Amino acid sequence: MKFQIEDVTVYFPYDNIYPEQYSYMVELKRALDAKGHCLLEMPTGTGKTIALLSLITSYALSKPSNPIKFIYCTRTVHEMEKTLAELKLLHNYQLQHLGPAAKILALGLSSRKNLCINPTVVSAENRDSVDAACRKLTASWVRQLAAENPRIPTCSFFENYDKFASEAILPPGVYTLQDLRAYGKEKGWCPYFLARHMVQLANVVVYSYQYLLDPKVAGIISKEMQRESVVVFDEAHNIDNVCIEALSVSVRMQTLEGATRNINRMAQEIDRFKATDAGRLRAEYNRLVEGLAVRGDLRNTDAWLANPALPDDILKEAVPGNIRRAEHFLSVLRRLVQYVKGRLQTENVEKEGPVTFVASVNAQAGIDQKMLRFCYDRLHSLMLTLEITDTDEFLHIQTICDFATLVGTYTRGFSIIIEPFDERMPHIPDPVLQLCCHDASLAIKPVFERFQSVVITSGTLSPIDLYPRLLNFNPVVSRSFTMSLTRDCICPMVLTRGSDQLPVSTKYDLRSDPGVEKNYGKLLLEMVSVVPDGIVCFFVSYSYMDGIVNSWHETGLLKEIMQHKLVFIETQDVVETTLALDNYRKACDCGRGAVFFSVARGKVAEGIDFDRHYGRLVIMFGIPFQYTLSRILLARLEYLRDTFQIKEGDFLTFDALRQAAQCVGRVIRSKADYGMMIFADKRYSRHDKRSKLPGWILSHLRDAHLNLSTDMAVHIAREFLRKMAQPYDKTGAMGKKTLLSEADLEKMANGNLGETMF
Amino acid sequence: MADKQVVKRAKYKSSVKDPGIAGVLKLTKDRFVFMPNDPSSSMKLNVEFRMIKGHKFTKEGAKQALLNLTQDQGVNYIFEFENFPDRDICKDFVATAIAMSGEAGRTVSESAVTLQDEQLSAAEMERRIKLLQENSDLQKLHKQFVIGGILSEPEFWATRKKLLEQNYSRRPKQRVALKNDMWSTKPLSDGQSNRVTFNLTPEIILQIFAEKPAVRQAYINFVPNKMTEKEFWTKYSRAEYLHSTKNVVAAAAEAAEDEELAVFLKQDDMLVNEARRKIRRVDPTLDMAADEGDDYMHLPDHGLSRGNSKDVMDLQYEPYRRSFSQHLNQHAAVVLQGRIIDVELGDTRSVAEALARTKQAELAKDVNDVNVDKDCSERISRMAEIEDLQAPQEPPVAPLSIKDPRDYFDSQQANALNTLGDAASVTKQLKCSVSSSVAYGSLKECISVIKVWELTEPTVNAEVALKVFNGLTQNISSTKYHLGRNPNETVLDSLPKITKDELLHHWTSLQELLKHFWSSYPITTKYLSTKVMKLKDAMSQIYPKLQEIKESVQPDLRHHVSLLVQPMLQALDAAFAHYDIDVQKRSARSGERPNGF
Repeated sequence: MKFQIEDVTVYFPYDNIYPEQYSYMVELKRALDAKGHCLLEMPTGTGKTIALLSLITSYALSKPSNPIKFIYCTRTVHEMEKTLAELKLLHNYQLQHLGPAAKILALGLSSRKNLCINPTVVSAENRDSVDAACRKLTASWVRQLAAENPRIPTCSFFENYDKFASEAILPPGVYTLQDLRAYGKEKGWCPYFLARHMVQLANVVVYSYQYLLDPKVAGIISKEMQRESVVVFDEAHNIDNVCIEALSVSVRMQTLEGATRNINRMAQEIDRFKATDAGRLRAEYNRLVEGLAVRGDLRNTDAWLANPALPDDILKEAVPGNIRRAEHFLSVLRRLVQYVKGRLQTENVEKEGPVTFVASVNAQAGIDQKMLRFCYDRLHSLMLTLEITDTDEFLHIQTICDFATLVGTYTRGFSIIIEPFDERMPHIPDPVLQLCCHDASLAIKPVFERFQSVVITSGTLSPIDLYPRLLNFNPVVSRSFTMSLTRDCICPMVLTRGSDQLPVSTKYDLRSDPGVEKNYGKLLLEMVSVVPDGIVCFFVSYSYMDGIVNSWHETGLLKEIMQHKLVFIETQDVVETTLALDNYRKACDCGRGAVFFSVARGKVAEGIDFDRHYGRLVIMFGIPFQYTLSRILLARLEYLRDTFQIKEGDFLTFDALRQAAQCVGRVIRSKADYGMMIFADKRYSRHDKRSKLPGWILSHLRDAHLNLSTDMAVHIAREFLRKMAQPYDKTGAMGKKTLLSEADLEKMANGNLGETMF
Repeated sequence: MADKQVVKRAKYKSSVKDPGIAGVLKLTKDRFVFMPNDPSSSMKLNVEFRMIKGHKFTKEGAKQALLNLTQDQGVNYIFEFENFPDRDICKDFVATAIAMSGEAGRTVSESAVTLQDEQLSAAEMERRIKLLQENSDLQKLHKQFVIGGILSEPEFWATRKKLLEQNYSRRPKQRVALKNDMWSTKPLSDGQSNRVTFNLTPEIILQIFAEKPAVRQAYINFVPNKMTEKEFWTKYSRAEYLHSTKNVVAAAAEAAEDEELAVFLKQDDMLVNEARRKIRRVDPTLDMAADEGDDYMHLPDHGLSRGNSKDVMDLQYEPYRRSFSQHLNQHAAVVLQGRIIDVELGDTRSVAEALARTKQAELAKDVNDVNVDKDCSERISRMAEIEDLQAPQEPPVAPLSIKDPRDYFDSQQANALNTLGDAASVTKQLKCSVSSSVAYGSLKECISVIKVWELTEPTVNAEVALKVFNGLTQNISSTKYHLGRNPNETVLDSLPKITKDELLHHWTSLQELLKHFWSSYPITTKYLSTKVMKLKDAMSQIYPKLQEIKESVQPDLRHHVSLLVQPMLQALDAAFAHYDIDVQKRSARSGERPNGF
């Protein structure tokens, strides 16, 4: 369908539109017009993504003279694929209605691991080895050597791509990672470098958060994006955590040992160069004297991860004289590693600010703040000079330099915590030094400054006034939409008691109680016999899940559950989890039905949808609180209290409940879909906990469903499922329009139908 | 048909066992004629194909080459041919002839109905006709409703699209799935000695082989050259026992001493390889491995540790660790895949080899399969659509395949009977209530009688009483308890044939009507409301007929029949009630509207 929002003709690839999608677009357009940032919360299951894509592409099409770029950030690669699939749908529709004028170039960007098509490179174990394997074939010095000596292997895909140089471009269209690989294979070009190049020219770029938020990655990928861009962070309820992680480093004993090995290896290399090619080291020295830390004209293939500090905070001056010579720099690194090693020997937990830390480094190791700041760039330069290609071996020293640069750059918003062992396992010494960032606004600040509109959106952003404070920005539009439902297609319940009427909870004192474990198991057993197709269960942690599943196995409950459905489980191994998920979907597709055990805050909870028959019921066993004794969390809470006056308890509950809401919110994707959510913990019945749930869940949580036992929940589930199986009128019966057609929108524009909305 | 007639030698038989009468079978376009060799025989046949409703034939390679033509009223004409090619020629001829005559016969009635409908392609038409011929129940329904004017032709076929699309003969044979039962390694120990016993059955062995390719491979390699079957399984059980104790260090120590044992204790490399292969084919919208490959924030030791610290363990023990979750996932995957081999379970070696072969075939197929990517992207784009914002699309569902539908529904019936029976007993008790004074009086009387007799001898011999009681209730209890348990014997079979056919016919037609009735709700168009009206009228006609059946049967069967009829009546009542409520609601709403606007 096609309709007007003020001066913009919006192309929407479906025959109908939900009223909240329409209002969402109206608000979004306002923000774009004002060239400001906005914060929009809309429940899952209302087609947020397509509304976003449809409005922004239509907006760009309506202003051909001043094209805006559209940068869409997803949290994960599979969300990227989903977004691109929706964009494809939309693009086809626009092509049909507008013809060639609607042509755009849209592509997803990922790492070499996901894009490389060279079989020898991509077979490497992990991301870093793939990166290194690629560099071994494509680094400029390797190719120079290969030009003289044909026996040195190069990558034919890259050579081909390089031969065509600027002519190697993607024709307009929407490219998923799969499509990029297919195109690369067809042309014989390297898809990774092709995509990297095309990102600058594309109308729509879809990539993951860190390509904008993490200065290390953003520095090489997103450096040249134009200001006239709209940046969207989808599923942004966790964005503060991502920002914090982008600027945090942790150093363990293994890191330090690895770093020492790296330093020794570099020392050998320096000796070798001194003997054979002393000019090279001298050239580097001269360049550093001139003030160029890293050559500006660095080739793509040589580029390493960029400086971990934010671009504004990087010093634009010459590298200090005392680390210009390679040997001197190495000895500085040695002293630094030695110093950190000494600090890790402590027997007590230590916590200090960056300023104190830098002062004590200066006093004990003789390394001043400025030298620390330049560590990363200096290391980068040295590695290039030494022509090191197996960068995956050098991650340890890289981590140390990351740490040094960050600690030398920032004086507030960070703290350094040294823990000699894990609080939960005090008998195993595992010393760790963590530089943790507490201020989420640091990492996202350059994004707000650089781009004209930043849209932060998710299904759960409540309380919506907290995010501008956490991220320190002023949105021009900040709205939370409710969901207009044709029928009550979600059914949240709070289960406080098991089948024996005893309370259930994952609270510390009840957690390992066999009675609670049994009650949880009985609940699931009852549900698998009532609910068709897929059921998803979320547990509060991996260790809790392992424990309870084992105990179910031992007591035979698991066997009984398996009489009804297949059982799959999330593990720490992503490959295995992915295959388990794939099988889970197959089992739901073929009607066999399955249960998936997963962990809140885990990878599955973060981004996998359990819509339609893939999830008719979600059970959240317990409240997913963070591990409250963690020093890092305590430090962050302290910071939040001091700077934003946010109470610890409030923040913890807010954080736990947003995770829980996120887990259960995955069951519903459209209004035709339906699903149940069970919050199985007695603490959910308390008002202070429950009220932190997003409004669209609360509005369906009836008072009668606040204090249920297993048998009552089963009864409600039966009733609900029977009701949902009945045919219904999609357009909304009770005087409320929940589905708008093109004609409705036209009427609305004339002001006739306005009152029937919401 | 190139040649207008076929003449073959054949024997006419009244039944399969009958030796038959030799003669000549002549097939022409519209009829077949059988002339016996013995002119004095009276067995001359001359039948028009119009009367023939279907044909059956024996499989190639069976004992006899038979062709069986069935007529309307259950009359069969069986012919035995000298050889299969002869039979096949006749079979093909008959098939086309029946189709032609069927078409000719129906065109009259159908042309009237299809007039206003969309133009159907000839192929579509042919398919429908073929389906009607193959399925006599469907034909009856079609005749009753479509030609009776209750449903229109497209309405009738709309619910049967799937039937049209699939071909019965091509449907794969149904296989019994694997049991979703993990072989729990809980050892049976007798508590006194240190002996631990494991139980292995062929079914379990199949499961072990399917779930643990390394064990399968080891079996193929070791047995019987290196060790006997018994030794093999003893060793395997030992490994399982070690795992169940969760003592990784002990496992590693034992493995170091015994290299065959180590095979079982170590992680399954074949599984790991298979996972690596499969991950490339996985749906990209849930590929979390790709995600990890893109995550520069979690460089080793970068970012914050995520709170779930891994167990610190020496690298040398790493291969011996095995988690229960891994086992769980692998088990579910195998059960999902189902029984992939068709081998007798007794012979362990052939089972192992067959499994290995299927795996290899899979591997080869994977390499050659280029369509996977395309399928995958198609699936993703389908998944990306939001279903209720656009016109409904037929979801790609697998057709429900129940081996014998009647079995299934009979057992459902039994469930219904059970609950019904229980309800009946309750009401009976209620009726027996008498006033307390009368009850007291009779009880008192009984007691006084017993006092006199002093229970020396019971009024009736207990055995006799039991026999009488059993005799009286046998009918009821037998249906209640045997129905559904034994699929070959149902209440329906005990009924006279006419009643049975009638019941089944009403049942199917009722199903059809109810299906259409419920699917027309909510009523949004005028068309639907007239359709519902028509359907309701048709249903109300069936209602008295059902009552009639109930009354017409013999008294001893009446109980069964009423139990069978009851659910139908209930379904009808529910439909009528819904209809009435809906009519009321709509009339109320239409009354409101003029004021509202």
